Amino acid sequence: MKTLNRRDFGVDFGLALAAAILLPATKARADDMEIHIDNFVFQPAELKIKAGTTVTWTNRDDIPHTIVSAGKFRSKTLDTDDKFSFTFTNAGDYKYFCSLHPHMTGMIKVE
Amino acid sequence: MSGQDHGGDGVSRRKVLECMTWAGTGVLWTVTGGVPRSLGIIDSADAATAAAPGMSFLQISDSHVGFDKPANPNALGTLEEAVNKINAMPAKPSFMIHTGDITHLSKAAEFDNAERIISQTKLDVHYVPGEHDFIDEEVKLYRERYGRGTKGHGWYSFDAGGVHFVGLVNVVDLKAGGLGNLGAEQLAWLEDDLRGKSKSTPIVLFAHIPLWTVYPEWGWGTEDGGRALEHVKGFGSVTVLNGHIHQVMQKVEGNVTFHTARSTAFPQPAPGAAPSPGPMKVEDARLRSMLGVASINFKQNEQRLAIIDTPLQG
Repeated sequence: MKTLNRRDFGVDFGLALAAAILLPATKARADDMEIHIDNFVFQPAELKIKAGTTVTWTNRDDIPHTIVSAGKFRSKTLDTDDKFSFTFTNAGDYKYFCSLHPHMTGMIKVE
Repeated sequence: MSGQDHGGDGVSRRKVLECMTWAGTGVLWTVTGGVPRSLGIIDSADAATAAAPGMSFLQISDSHVGFDKPANPNALGTLEEAVNKINAMPAKPSFMIHTGDITHLSKAAEFDNAERIISQTKLDVHYVPGEHDFIDEEVKLYRERYGRGTKGHGWYSFDAGGVHFVGLVNVVDLKAGGLGNLGAEQLAWLEDDLRGKSKSTPIVLFAHIPLWTVYPEWGWGTEDGGRALEHVKGFGSVTVLNGHIHQVMQKVEGNVTFHTARSTAFPQPAPGAAPSPGPMKVEDARLRSMLGVASINFKQNEQRLAIIDTPLQG
C-alpha cells in the first residue's frame, strides 16, 4: 500500500475543500476566469491573473459586442449569450475593447 | 454666421436650415428657403403641392433586421410597417437614404430580407453602413450589395434637386476608448469633393453615428466629426443627418442643422437615462410611437430644409 504523508494529505484536502467552497460549481478549472458583459460594461473591467489562465467572456446584452486586443486577440462578433475564451500564456498588460462600441474597454494583467 | 444677411429678420434665408420635428415615424426633409413649412406626411395631402417645385426625400435608419429580442421581437415587421407608411404618403419622395444598421448581425439573410421589404417603396435608396452592417467574418456582404461606385469603406456623393449629398462612413477602425471615426483618407476625399462647389449649394451630410457629440459616455459622437464640419464651413445651408441613437435629436448651430432619425426597430434611452444605451423595452402600446421615419423637403430658391419625423403610430 502506498504510504501517504499525513501532512501532505492534510494540505491537499484543505486546498480541495477551499476550492470547493470558494469557486462556483460551473468552473471547469480553478484558474479559469469569467468576465460578463452587462449594460455595455466588461465586469470586472480589470482582472489580474496568472499566466496560463483561460478567460471567458460572455455577452449578456441584447446587442452584439466584440473583444479585441490590438495585435493579441480578436473575437468574432458575440450575439446575446455567446462566449469567447482566450488563454493568456505570456505575462503582460492586455488592454482590450469592443470594436463596435469603443467606449467599452477592459484590462487583463497577467503575472 | 458671416455677414451676408439679406433678410430683415437677422436670419439669412440662405443660411438657415429649418427643422421641424413631429413626434413620428420618419423624417420628411423639405429644403425650402425663407418660410418654415410644415409638411404633414399623412394628413396633409396638399403639403406636397405647397412645396413644389421643390424636392423631398426620406430618411430611414436602424432597421436592425434580424433583431428579435424583447424590445421588439419582430424588427422586420416594423420595417414593413414603415415601408407601408412611406407608400401611403400623398407625395412620392424623390428617393430615400438609409443611415445604417440595416441588419442586426450582417447575415446574408438579414440583408436579403431588408432588401425585399425596402424595395417595396420602389424608391432609389442611398445607403451608408452602421457598425452592425460590417460584422460578417469577411466584412463583404454590405459592400457587395451597396458598395458599388463608392470610395474607401463606402463613402460617396451625389447631386439631386440642386442639393449636394455626401454619404460618409464613421463606423470603421474605431479606436479603444473613442467615438465614431471618419479617418484621414475620407476627410481628404471630402475636402476634395467639396472643392469648387458654390457656397450657395445646399449640402447634406449623412452618416450612421452622429457627427456631433451627443453623449460621449455612450460613444454617441464622432471623434473627427469636427474636421468634416470644417470642410462645409462657408456653405449657406448644411444639414447633417444621422441615426445610431434610435431617437430624434436635433441641434442648430449657425448654418448647420444636425438631426437624428428614429429607428424602425427599437427605441434607445435618452442620454444617461438608463444604465446603458441598449434596446429599451417599452409597453407594446407605446413601441410604435417611438419608431419612425423622417421626411426632408427642399424648395428651389429657398434654402431651408424642413424635417418632419413621423412615428409608425401616434
